[in-house]
Amino acid sequence: MTIPLITTSRWGIEDGHTLEGYLRTGGYQGLHRALEMSPEEVHEEVKQASLLGRGGAGFPAGIKWGFLPPDVWPRYLVVNGDESEPGTYKDRLLIERDPHQLIEGCVITCYALGLSQCFLYVRGEMAHGQERVAQALNEAYIKGYVGKNILGTEFSVDVILHWGAGAYIVGEETALIESLEGNRGMPRLKPPYFPASIGLYGKPTIVNNVETLSNIPWIVEHGGEAFAKIGAEQSTGTRIFAVSGHVKTPGVFEVEFGTTTFRDLIMGEQYAGGIRDGNSLKAFIPGGASAPWFYEEHLDIPLEKSVVDNAGSMLGSGAIVVMDDTTDIVKACHNVVRFFSRESCGKCTPCREGTNWLEKILDRILNGYGRLEDIDLLLDVCDNISPGISWPPKQTTICPLGPSAVSPIASALERYRSEFEAYISLSVDATPVVLTGGAHE
Amino acid sequence: MSRLNEENLRIARQIISAYPKKKSALIPLLHLAQEQNGLVTNEAMTHIAELVDVTPAEVLGTCSFYEMFKRHPVGEYQINICHGISCHLLGAEDVLEHAESSLGVKEGEITQDGKFSFEGVECIAACTEAPCLQVNYRYINKVNADEFDQLIDDLRNETKTEIPKHGTLANTRQKIPANKAAGPAQVEESSRPIWLKRNKEE
Amino acid sequence: MSNPSEEIDEVSVIIDGQEVHVKAGEILIDACESAGVDIPRFCYHKRMSQVGMCRMCIVEVDTGRGSSLQPSCMMNVSEGMVVDTQSELTKKVQDGVLEFLLLNHPLDCPVCDKGGECPLQDQTMAYGPGETRFVEEKRHFEKPIPINENVFLDRERCILCDRCTRFADEVVGDPLIQFIDRGNSTQVNTFPEDPFASYFSGNIVQICPVGALTAKSYRFKARPWDLEEIESTYPNPLGDRIVVQSSRDQVLRLQGLDSEAVNWGWLSDKDRFSFEAFQSEYRLDSPLVRGGGLNKAEKGGAGLVASSWAGALSIVTDSLKDVNPDRVAFLGGARLTNESQYAWTKLAKGVLGTDHVSADLGDELPAHVLLGLPRATISELCQPNNTIVLLTSDLKEEYGTLFIRLRHAAKAQGVNIVELSPTRTGLSNVAAVSLHPLPGEIGNVAEALVTGDIPREVGGITGEEIANAHEYLQNSNVFVVVNRSSIGQSTTPIIDAITSFQKLDNCRFLPLVRRGNTMGALDMGMSPGLLPGRNTLSSGSAVFSDIWPNLPAKEGADTKQILQNAADGKIDTLFLIGADPISDFPDRSLAKSAIQNAGTVVSVDLFVTPSVYESDVVLPAASFLEVNGSHTNVEGRITPIRQKVTAPGTSRPDWMIASEIAYLLGHNLNIDTPEDVWNEMTSRSAVHGNLGYPHFDNDQNGHLITATGRIPFLPSQERLESRPVDSYAMRLIIGKRMFDHGTITQMSASLRSLAEASQLRINQYDFERLGIDEGTKVQVTSGDRDISVTVKIDDRVPRSCALIYANLDGADPRELLNEGSHSIDIRIDPTVRA
Repeated sequence: MTIPLITTSRWGIEDGHTLEGYLRTGGYQGLHRALEMSPEEVHEEVKQASLLGRGGAGFPAGIKWGFLPPDVWPRYLVVNGDESEPGTYKDRLLIERDPHQLIEGCVITCYALGLSQCFLYVRGEMAHGQERVAQALNEAYIKGYVGKNILGTEFSVDVILHWGAGAYIVGEETALIESLEGNRGMPRLKPPYFPASIGLYGKPTIVNNVETLSNIPWIVEHGGEAFAKIGAEQSTGTRIFAVSGHVKTPGVFEVEFGTTTFRDLIMGEQYAGGIRDGNSLKAFIPGGASAPWFYEEHLDIPLEKSVVDNAGSMLGSGAIVVMDDTTDIVKACHNVVRFFSRESCGKCTPCREGTNWLEKILDRILNGYGRLEDIDLLLDVCDNISPGISWPPKQTTICPLGPSAVSPIASALERYRSEFEAYISLSVDATPVVLTGGAHE
Repeated sequence: MSRLNEENLRIARQIISAYPKKKSALIPLLHLAQEQNGLVTNEAMTHIAELVDVTPAEVLGTCSFYEMFKRHPVGEYQINICHGISCHLLGAEDVLEHAESSLGVKEGEITQDGKFSFEGVECIAACTEAPCLQVNYRYINKVNADEFDQLIDDLRNETKTEIPKHGTLANTRQKIPANKAAGPAQVEESSRPIWLKRNKEE
Repeated sequence: MSNPSEEIDEVSVIIDGQEVHVKAGEILIDACESAGVDIPRFCYHKRMSQVGMCRMCIVEVDTGRGSSLQPSCMMNVSEGMVVDTQSELTKKVQDGVLEFLLLNHPLDCPVCDKGGECPLQDQTMAYGPGETRFVEEKRHFEKPIPINENVFLDRERCILCDRCTRFADEVVGDPLIQFIDRGNSTQVNTFPEDPFASYFSGNIVQICPVGALTAKSYRFKARPWDLEEIESTYPNPLGDRIVVQSSRDQVLRLQGLDSEAVNWGWLSDKDRFSFEAFQSEYRLDSPLVRGGGLNKAEKGGAGLVASSWAGALSIVTDSLKDVNPDRVAFLGGARLTNESQYAWTKLAKGVLGTDHVSADLGDELPAHVLLGLPRATISELCQPNNTIVLLTSDLKEEYGTLFIRLRHAAKAQGVNIVELSPTRTGLSNVAAVSLHPLPGEIGNVAEALVTGDIPREVGGITGEEIANAHEYLQNSNVFVVVNRSSIGQSTTPIIDAITSFQKLDNCRFLPLVRRGNTMGALDMGMSPGLLPGRNTLSSGSAVFSDIWPNLPAKEGADTKQILQNAADGKIDTLFLIGADPISDFPDRSLAKSAIQNAGTVVSVDLFVTPSVYESDVVLPAASFLEVNGSHTNVEGRITPIRQKVTAPGTSRPDWMIASEIAYLLGHNLNIDTPEDVWNEMTSRSAVHGNLGYPHFDNDQNGHLITATGRIPFLPSQERLESRPVDSYAMRLIIGKRMFDHGTITQMSASLRSLAEASQLRINQYDFERLGIDEGTKVQVTSGDRDISVTVKIDDRVPRSCALIYANLDGADPRELLNEGSHSIDIRIDPTVRA
């Protein structure tokens, strides 16, 4: 079955990012349609669509919206455009190539839920994306798609473009809110588990990912039912996946959700085209750096949330990173652990100290100062960050960042322990040395 | 001059006015200060503190949390070489090594002419274009050694004009026409939005 | 029938296999503690919000959905909850967190001040790993850096628990220390060149769970195991509870004691570090007498010379023999223990027969205001949704821990503060309403507020502002905190305002005093017309006549009249009981003239103050660290003061000096111990009833005296006419700073340098009107008086007002005061330079 492109339909259109191009290709029809409906009817369409959040956790958007407490005002919408999970590359394209679609999704959502102001938080490093959103907003304001009395109705809402400044953890929704309040982007304590009850400025707040909101115009225009017909029963619509690493044709693909398999995406000619240079597959990360790794035997798993969860990993943010048999697993593992160590916000002790320690141990192993006991030490430190090293991970921390550093180590050691041992056997010195460094002033 | 100049002060006030609470403007204002001075100075942080009604220490607390804010000088062209996992798999370390030898400085240092500095950064969301980098947050995809050297030459000869000097982020700002602004949703405003009133939400 | 709201809901939970009943909704870590199960913690502090950062208090909790790991500081107990603080998994996680915390923690316990009282050290000793598995280099930072005059920060020892930063931001509103940088590089620090200038900085040393924050005054002075400690009370108006710690008869540290009713463990820096003053080299340690040569008494001598007690006391008793009681007067006593106050009153009113006794130095509210209003406690004030009206100066400057309590009430309890202060204050930004009536106009403003009869404008406040504030008074629980907010304003407008607020149903008051135990002084009869236990001279004489042989025949003079009488040569013996009228009395020249013209001036004091310097006999007294007794705070709360160290030299407790003088005059006061005083006093005082001797009382909240009404408040009959300020003039506000030229501050090495120089503060608008540069010296005139002073811009000061702080180095604003005025207008002449 050929499926319509829901979110990426304008990526190939030169001026798809302009208001003119957007309108020419059917843009803002969803908004027109929404304004003909009552807000609760719009909400109902989204519920019917069974749209899963596209940020990483995969929580149903319609249900999240339903967590808003009745009669507490004002309510805010915060758009999570802080895409920075390693391997993830989709929201930036949606922002740069189809900013109006995102804006339309925001405006419709505000209408449906009675949200009085929208903050579109775009990752700081995406300068081009910020320009495109600013241009689009400026056009949309002039033409009355955003702002006061939208399309002549009494519905008014501002969409404010907000720049981030470089911190992965801000992608965590409560950290995003902290950042938007001008604070250090450190996750808030749970409960409350959802900012829908207590969010921005302590008020009810919906935080949705860019891709999630980019689906809204299509859903409202074509109906939730039409959307739910695409994809699998539990994973409806389409999803965007970025396939990167050791493949012939790395790319960003919108595919039917839940039915396409990893093999289709990684090996399919119309997608990533298979492993490069005739090499074989060593491992792949199915859903961003936090996800436990998959191997050859997982290729036929469909891109369906619950199936991937049950197989012991996650679809996460739609980031598939492929490693061929030339990959140095210890280095790859170190690379991902280093990421989490550098991006720890520093709030919880196990994450702040533990991820940094893991990085240092791996550093030592790579630099020829490994000891055999370091492998057990790595696992025990992991165990102290995420007791039991299970999936989904148990947490000793507020947010999942710390436990995320455990996945690459557990995965790499489970299948490729011998590579660690090989490094250690080549150690220049069996006795550990104190490495220099780390002076901060 | 380290405090915000008159023009930027005007922009700063506009930015602040968009938010229900002043402190929310802190990060955008730090970007503005960095755009003006190429880095965030203590004087600028003190000025921003005055503008959003917090202490300079609070501004520093926020500023220092985010990588993009540089409190020490960097080159006119700050080159961020991605070493995220996808770029790592496709040779990011080679690019870093090449940058070091080609520019003759180590990671975090500035070339003698003040033009360049570089560092390895975490994933910049261009994973299918690995290995990639950003110069002052403008992307250069699938970069190899020769292309890197060409890029440096172009920047040095100022033939690559689409890349602004360090500090300037987006060339376009959001401008809300006064007659089109819905206005910030004040936290104290506790009534149901007007468009829901008609329809009796819930 | 019992009141249902008084019943405490309990839930049953199982902690480590034991079923216990705890308060519903209580935080789990506290519930465990009250059940005798101690859970280790670093970031949790019960007087601050939870941040759940250190993760040390994680335990296994099952609320019916299976067991999970939860930080016990973040969970509220619920019915049926099963908690395991000792499970293998709990232990593993806690050991893991401890190991993580130790990775970068230096092994400098042997040279760390915290060693011996360090939760991290204690945890490590009890449960920690024997050796480290961390072979890498630890984090390094420059070793201790000063973050202000008194506190050092060692970032290597810091475990980033957020206690100090949370305290600064949340508790006292001084967010000048922050987390800086991120992740593993996170550090606590100030902004460059911007120190942690907080009045409360010592608290962060006390709550730091490691040795990262140390106080200059204590660094390397002692080991915890060498310290002896005793619970006592700091004799300030709030009666903050403290722990006095000493070693070898030297006080080394004061710590806040967590009393639920009063200070919650907090102290202002002024009080915390003031112990140094009492051990200063300038402390009086022997009697002094006016003399001509070495140790030779000589009336009219040029200076003070050391004397024996016998010699000094003989001059005192000589001056009192056969004296007309009307020619003897006592000023001061407001800083002493209740017991010493009673002893002096008994000497004056029971033996000498004079009623010229006044603890007020012309800057307190009248006794009928302090004793006659229906009083409320701090905790009653802070109940959720109350309205608190502040008719006060800046509480942050003068009443540190009350400021903290009210700030908490406003931020966390939904208490509405309606501030009617002369300037913006430390509470303005948490107040529901912050208004600044012109000095002298508070009575008119209060009248409009209470009646809702809204004029277009009154006292510089618009009708709209009044109407807004009026809404908050429609609350059934309105409380008024009141003090003498500026000595530039007479008490008349304040009494007018109180008279208006009294018309509100159930309105209750917390009147504040300037000197620590003024409330005690009044209750002990140190005021004309009063006898101990709120008995009046007229109605209460019968109560005391059997033990006080010479009760005064008529009511005595107030402070001003006493000084006037002395200045007129009508006083033969003037006692200054820890009083320095030259520095404190609003009319400095009258005070000076009084001391010069009194027959014999007897000072009983700790230091040579300006007034002591002019005295004829100086008797060295013991400080609150050196005596036993009790204190009465502004609520009427009686708490113990306990001796920790020996008084220097031959100095003695005041009660002993009073007793000795009586004895030499042939009278036995029957006071051999403070307990004797207490027993006699309570036997005659209806308000103190059957209170046991406080010295043996172990309730950290002390005893509250609730009786009111014996001394009635005297409402004003007629409100003062409004008096607008003309456009060439400015209305004067005389404020108080936490750190000034007060003796205790100046005698404490840690505090001395914190007092600023005198400045005239006006807002930006008025400043621009004057057209001068900041820092310019200007001439300020009031009638025929003038001072010259530099100008500073201060936007906390309302338009058309000028603020000068009292008792600072430089210009003395008392020079501008005008006898009989209810408020003072000044003119600033920027062209006349001094």
